[in-house]
Amino acid sequence: MLAQQLVNALSLGCVYALFALGFTLIFGVLGVINLSHGAVFMVGAYAAEQAVSHLGLPLWGALIVAFAFSGVLGLVIDLLVLRPLRARNAPHLIPMIATIGVGIILTNAIQGIFGAQNIRFPEQLVSNRTISVEGIDVTALELGIILLSFMLMALLLLALKKTQLGRALRAIAESPRAAYLLGINVEGLFYLTSFVAAGLGGIAGVLIGLYSNALFPLMGKSMLEKGIAVIILGGMGDMRGALIGGLFLGLAEVLSVAYVGSSMRDAVAFGLLFLILLIRPRGLFGTLMERKV
Amino acid sequence: MKRNTLAHSLFALISATALAATAHAADIKIGVAEALSGGAAQYGISIRHGFELAADEINAAGGVNGNKLQLIIEDDQGKKEEAINVFKKLIFQDQVLMVFGPTLSNSAQAADPIAQAAKTVAFGTSNTADGITSIGDYVFRNSVTEADVLPETLRVAVKHAHIRKVAVMYGNDDVFTKSGYDNFVKALEHAKIPVTTTETFAKGDVDFKAQLTKIKATHPDAIVLSALLAEGAPIMVQARQLGITVPFIGGNGMNSVKVFDLAKGASDGLYVGSPWSASNESPENVKFIKAFEAKFKTQPDQFAAQSYDGMHIMVQALKTIKLGGNLAAERSALRDALPSVKWTGATGAFQFHRATDKAGKPAGYDAQQTAIVSVTKDGKFVIEK
Repeated sequence: MLAQQLVNALSLGCVYALFALGFTLIFGVLGVINLSHGAVFMVGAYAAEQAVSHLGLPLWGALIVAFAFSGVLGLVIDLLVLRPLRARNAPHLIPMIATIGVGIILTNAIQGIFGAQNIRFPEQLVSNRTISVEGIDVTALELGIILLSFMLMALLLLALKKTQLGRALRAIAESPRAAYLLGINVEGLFYLTSFVAAGLGGIAGVLIGLYSNALFPLMGKSMLEKGIAVIILGGMGDMRGALIGGLFLGLAEVLSVAYVGSSMRDAVAFGLLFLILLIRPRGLFGTLMERKV
Repeated sequence: MKRNTLAHSLFALISATALAATAHAADIKIGVAEALSGGAAQYGISIRHGFELAADEINAAGGVNGNKLQLIIEDDQGKKEEAINVFKKLIFQDQVLMVFGPTLSNSAQAADPIAQAAKTVAFGTSNTADGITSIGDYVFRNSVTEADVLPETLRVAVKHAHIRKVAVMYGNDDVFTKSGYDNFVKALEHAKIPVTTTETFAKGDVDFKAQLTKIKATHPDAIVLSALLAEGAPIMVQARQLGITVPFIGGNGMNSVKVFDLAKGASDGLYVGSPWSASNESPENVKFIKAFEAKFKTQPDQFAAQSYDGMHIMVQALKTIKLGGNLAAERSALRDALPSVKWTGATGAFQFHRATDKAGKPAGYDAQQTAIVSVTKDGKFVIEK
């Protein structure tokens, strides 16, 4: 049973990590806690569902549609909401509050169009086959989610560390003003970040929608709550933190169900999180905050 | 002078229209307060459809003694505070004869006392938690409580699937699923069926494999599940993925044709009990399903069936009272006429039975109806006896 539970923890952890990657990217570069990320995640899933059921796209097509649709949505949110606030030098909390509003608008729009009931992707979109090895059951989709979250994390990490673009982004994270003076196109990179982060949110929406077999307008809400916990634990704005934080939360939840009892799950998981933050207030990889201060 | 003439003619015009309105048969204003947005909207919208269908049928057949029903529909958003606001608006501002709703038991606990104080009937068609009708003698519901349904579901499932021990799984952050759990526990104790393990989950969870893995290790003969569909359907899918093949015994929240879509490929072997079943072929139910599908281009569910019946039950009482007096008198006349209504509708034969309050004194009225137990098989509910 322990082996199965560890596999469960790994796949749940990667689900959380997948969501947290885009979420933490925006914070890392723009310095904004974007609370509309849950809604963008949900919209991406709905867009993909529409594309799949009307155009008959396969899984990779659905992922591209979700990435593009959510990405453009993120870009529009940046242009209409975040940019005016940046231009007016609004204090940190203002964009956060503004994105709550964006989230509510998106959620209600989707509910208005598609209704409040659950929908799901067509059954044949992804193989529901369970692979059994030594009494451990794991589905193809779970393996895909695990692989993809590690790959995306590595890709983002590499891009940030090794490329010219990544260096520019890190310069912006350090100080947008200094970066601007150095001739970096700060606004352009802000747009790019909003696009990519939201696009990643859309991909997460499709995979998590497939994983739980349910799309509904409020699907981003509980994900957002877990996502906030994950990026705080991992260290705000850090890619490795999103993965490790997600894995930690998944492991804590699964093991507390297995050995303490499911009604104590959140108490144990968030209790552990609190303890870690007592020891490391900036999270596991929280160097970015230190530099900012 | 000129102004004066204008004012006079305006006055004359207004009184003329007022007279014209009273000369016609009056509309009967019926308040509907349901969750049309927010998390409970999938129930609230279904409920609204049921009311609209019934009201249209009644109006098309000439109304109630020549008076048309006029529905005043408000959104309680599935929230207590909003349910209170909406009840106040309907009762005091819109001056409705009675109020249907609210959708959730939580909201009913908060809003029904307002109707009771205003001596206006509050008629729930979807509130199944304990204690709603103990609020007072103006509180009615035609929704059968889970306390009545679940023992019957369990009895039928045990008989057909040879169940000796069960695992239990429920959502512990929701009044409805928690109350379903409490009723299942009572029914299990009464039937002397041991529980191997009890697991919980929360709204919005996407992964249930930790709980299911634990359940699998205890080798139950069935899993008792008190969940809403949003979590219940993924639970069934993930259980099958983990190689759990035993049947599920579900509460009211699992009783929807949506389960065949949301748990496609893993929807077999779910026992549910409910006053309504899509497979029930009584003439009243066949007529209801046909009319519903024609009007809304979608399949009805239990919530639509109950609101549809609720409207008809109320109208039976309405037919017997004298309208056109003062509103307070009409409201209490309706209240006095309701308890003796007997009606056979989409949910079968129905009558009220008196509930008691906490002190054991007579209070509001609950539904008295026999539950239909079905099991899912190949994308259909099959009725089991």
